[in-house]
Amino acid sequence: MYTQSFNVPDTSDDTKSAGLKAVARPPTEAETALQARFDAKVDADEKVEPKDWMPEAYRKTLVRQISQHAHSEIVGMLPEGNWISRAPSLKRKAILIAKVQDEGGHGLYLYSAAETLGTSRDQMLDALHSGKAKYSSIFNYPTLNWADVGVVGWLVDGAAIMNQIPLCRCSYGPYARAMIRVCKEESFHQRQGYEALLVMMRGTAEQRAMVQDAVNRFWWKCLAMFGPPDNDSPHSAQGMRWGIKRISNDDLRQKFIDATVPQAKVLGVTLPDPDLRWNEERQHYDHGAIDWDEFWATVNGNGPCNKERLATRVKAHNDGQWVRDAAMAHARKQQQRTLQEAA
Amino acid sequence: MSSNPNSPAPALKEWPLWEVFVRSKQGLEHKHCGSLHASDAQHALQMARDVYTRRQEGVSIWVVPSATIAASDPGDKGEFFEPAADKIYRHPTFYDIPDEVGHM
Repeated sequence: MYTQSFNVPDTSDDTKSAGLKAVARPPTEAETALQARFDAKVDADEKVEPKDWMPEAYRKTLVRQISQHAHSEIVGMLPEGNWISRAPSLKRKAILIAKVQDEGGHGLYLYSAAETLGTSRDQMLDALHSGKAKYSSIFNYPTLNWADVGVVGWLVDGAAIMNQIPLCRCSYGPYARAMIRVCKEESFHQRQGYEALLVMMRGTAEQRAMVQDAVNRFWWKCLAMFGPPDNDSPHSAQGMRWGIKRISNDDLRQKFIDATVPQAKVLGVTLPDPDLRWNEERQHYDHGAIDWDEFWATVNGNGPCNKERLATRVKAHNDGQWVRDAAMAHARKQQQRTLQEAA
Repeated sequence: MSSNPNSPAPALKEWPLWEVFVRSKQGLEHKHCGSLHASDAQHALQMARDVYTRRQEGVSIWVVPSATIAASDPGDKGEFFEPAADKIYRHPTFYDIPDEVGHM
């Protein structure tokens, strides 16, 4: 359910670029030829595969983007996981468990895709747990009540789908294939959320107010998830050139708004933007200004739940250490037993 | 990584990597669908079921240690596959035959 189509420099990158940098030597003739072949492949819309030559910056960008994406799926399990034990019915509980399990699965597909670029699972987890690596900011907001769970499905996963569909055509093969798998499963996430809200809207006045309140709290945060405006996204052009990014942040955001406004009408809620109106000339909805200061404050660690999310994630990892150790010990013992029998 | 099957495996910090192949339907071949970390083959099979077949995507799974897969070098693609390129007589379309003969 990741939706940040831009990718934020991890803290480690910041420190590196702040330090001394080796002066790059001019590329050799062989490297120029490899670069030309790589560019031609990307231009022809062919896929780059793990063993193919690729520019170091392309590899680095992908490792960062795919691992941030994976971290987002894993941390994304937490706000909804909170509601598994408090779901209003057995049916909703089963649905929510399945959804949260999917998010875990999506994280695993993505970690595997990142590993094909030469990073290890341990390195990526260390980066997440030490706070060096970023994940999608939307998960640093709390899910206060059951309506929030529905809204996360409808809007957060809806935004995720918008962002992830173009990634299915990403130039890096393993990432594109992982995204195809993710997108196939994501549609259920969005629909279950919308349906849960529909049920609440047919309920009491109090339930309807809960839905409206949840929409009010999440709407702007969902719009911010598409990343900074195009004229403020310095890396977008390079991402487009490499075939990693296909559609600009603002275009995706517009697509999301245009698709969501009619859905809100069917549901019977208002979107909390007085400037939201149809523009006949553009054939799109106009919208009000997004509060980017709040967005960056959350990205930089000062959202309402940043500390809690990370602490929960680290605790889960540490609490599972004995399981991982036991599995390794068991595998070793089995292998030794087989060797002894063979001897 | 040790390739000698008789030497005990060194103590790994991370679960080793496995490639997962899934047969989607009886009668079809197993197809590569991704990879995962697991402590041993049995564990890898159970993980593969949970990670790659949550929606009845498979009726059978193979897992193979990633380290044991030998792959052709993409850099040698040209030379490696070239011998087949100029043998167009291997294709039925190479042969010009009167229409009334039809296809077998």
